[in-house]
Amino acid sequence: MKASDLAPAYDLVVIGGGPAGLAAAALAARAGLSTVLFDENPGVGGQIYRAIASSPVADRAVLGEDYWVGSDLAVEANASPALIVTGATVWSLDPSRVVGVSIAGQARLIQAGRVIIATGSLERPFPVPGWTLPGVMSAGGAQTLLKAQGLVPGGRTVMAGGGPLLWLLAAQILRAGGKLDAILDTTPRGNWLRALAHLPDFVLSPYFSKGLKLLREVRAKVRVIRIDRLQAVGDDRLREVVFGTGEGERRMPADLLLLHQGVVPNVNLAIAAGVAHAWNERQLCFEPVLDQDFETSVRGIAVAGDGAGIAGGTAAAERGRIAAIAAVRALKPEALVPDVQTVRQRLQRESMGRAFLDWLNRPADSFRQPEGETIVCRCEEVTARQVRDTADLGCEGPNQMKAFLRCGMGPCQGRLCGLTVTELIAAQRGTTPAEVGYYRLRPPVKPITLAELASLPIAEAERKAVER
Amino acid sequence: MFKRLADAGVAVAITVDGKHVGARSGDTVAAALIAAGIDHCRTTPVTGAPRAPYCLMGVCFECLVTIDGVGSRQGCLAPVRDGMTVETQSGKREAGR
Repeated sequence: MKASDLAPAYDLVVIGGGPAGLAAAALAARAGLSTVLFDENPGVGGQIYRAIASSPVADRAVLGEDYWVGSDLAVEANASPALIVTGATVWSLDPSRVVGVSIAGQARLIQAGRVIIATGSLERPFPVPGWTLPGVMSAGGAQTLLKAQGLVPGGRTVMAGGGPLLWLLAAQILRAGGKLDAILDTTPRGNWLRALAHLPDFVLSPYFSKGLKLLREVRAKVRVIRIDRLQAVGDDRLREVVFGTGEGERRMPADLLLLHQGVVPNVNLAIAAGVAHAWNERQLCFEPVLDQDFETSVRGIAVAGDGAGIAGGTAAAERGRIAAIAAVRALKPEALVPDVQTVRQRLQRESMGRAFLDWLNRPADSFRQPEGETIVCRCEEVTARQVRDTADLGCEGPNQMKAFLRCGMGPCQGRLCGLTVTELIAAQRGTTPAEVGYYRLRPPVKPITLAELASLPIAEAERKAVER
Repeated sequence: MFKRLADAGVAVAITVDGKHVGARSGDTVAAALIAAGIDHCRTTPVTGAPRAPYCLMGVCFECLVTIDGVGSRQGCLAPVRDGMTVETQSGKREAGR
């Protein structure tokens, strides 16, 4: 598929091919909307169902049944009339729903009747000393290597952090025959107090028995140590992990340190499109402001899936369906769609138990708000001390901080430092992240070459027009 | 650091900094570097520190490499192809030294 093969306009453009995007595209296309789905990865599935159609992991027990259910979504989307384009990077979206997309170095601007952003989540930044060393990787990264390439950690491996994904990955590595030297649990004990109120709801949810089983499976084989400090140490690569427990400092030699501190919405494209966002204090992240159909503050643009606030893969698919039903109703009211109330009820059931998990796994302040020489912005190598000192000088927000320190201005465009910078400024100035706000993001939200921009077709009248 | 569960897929030959690296179909460039035990893929423009793939999902930009002559490509999003030429990158201050 070449960019030049795309139509100039589609009823619906879906951005992201995880559960939300796949479910949305399939439903909308079946109802008769001309639908295209773009995903920048080599295959669909998103992160949760990464490589669902191509995974070399033959033993289904390794990744577990909750992974393989994703193949139904991929099959359903592929069987629908939706056009699914992988290797397609969306680099801009404006409030009039013009989508800038590049495929194999060729760019096009596509007009969408409606847009569903389904760009999902990314792992929360986990800024500890030494986290930029080769040999330190996100747990999600290691899971991607397992799902897509069948790669398992081979040397001395330590996992650190908290949250359901950390335990799931530990179990998957063990089932695949890998070995883990230790799991360093950063979850603060005090979290139980706030989580307790939501326990009854959690006990009734499917997360309860699955979670207990997973914890038992991992704890039977791996040493779990509760820690309150963490450091990756090495010269040109990771050599050892240093951590603090209640009883003092300990050191452990390691080849690989896998970090995980939960996931947060991937907000870059939505913010660049002008979508209003708000701070979520329970999940400690920004998320788009949405109506019950997941429509944003920008007319015709919806955000579905974990990008709409973290709720998990099964909920993501239901959210995608609700957003797609709204798109069909807006553009083709006569078309037959599933009963939206039924989908809402299913979504409601999927949300059970989340409040408990969110409060229980809420990362400690010390692991979100680093100090001293710990790098905050990996791209521009800006330290926590620099950010804190600049906030003390009177810098009020992350956008002004860019002018002082260039934080957030490297190639990742703030994806790995945005929340940390916001929280550090808030902590230093005695205010809230909601008050401080987030980076102002602008297209292109992914880097593109001048040659790609130059490949955009331009009509004679446009070429001659006076630009403002 | 990582080992393959099984040699699934077919062999794909790429070069990294002129040396032959055996990859498998289904690998991305970043995964092929990791599987081959290549420690880092670039240095940073600010201090010249070594960096290796971190997120493997297109958000961190640590896995930037030159692919077939085009610099600063995200290795984790590019599938390997037979005959592909990959070069590790130096941060700007280090380039040419």
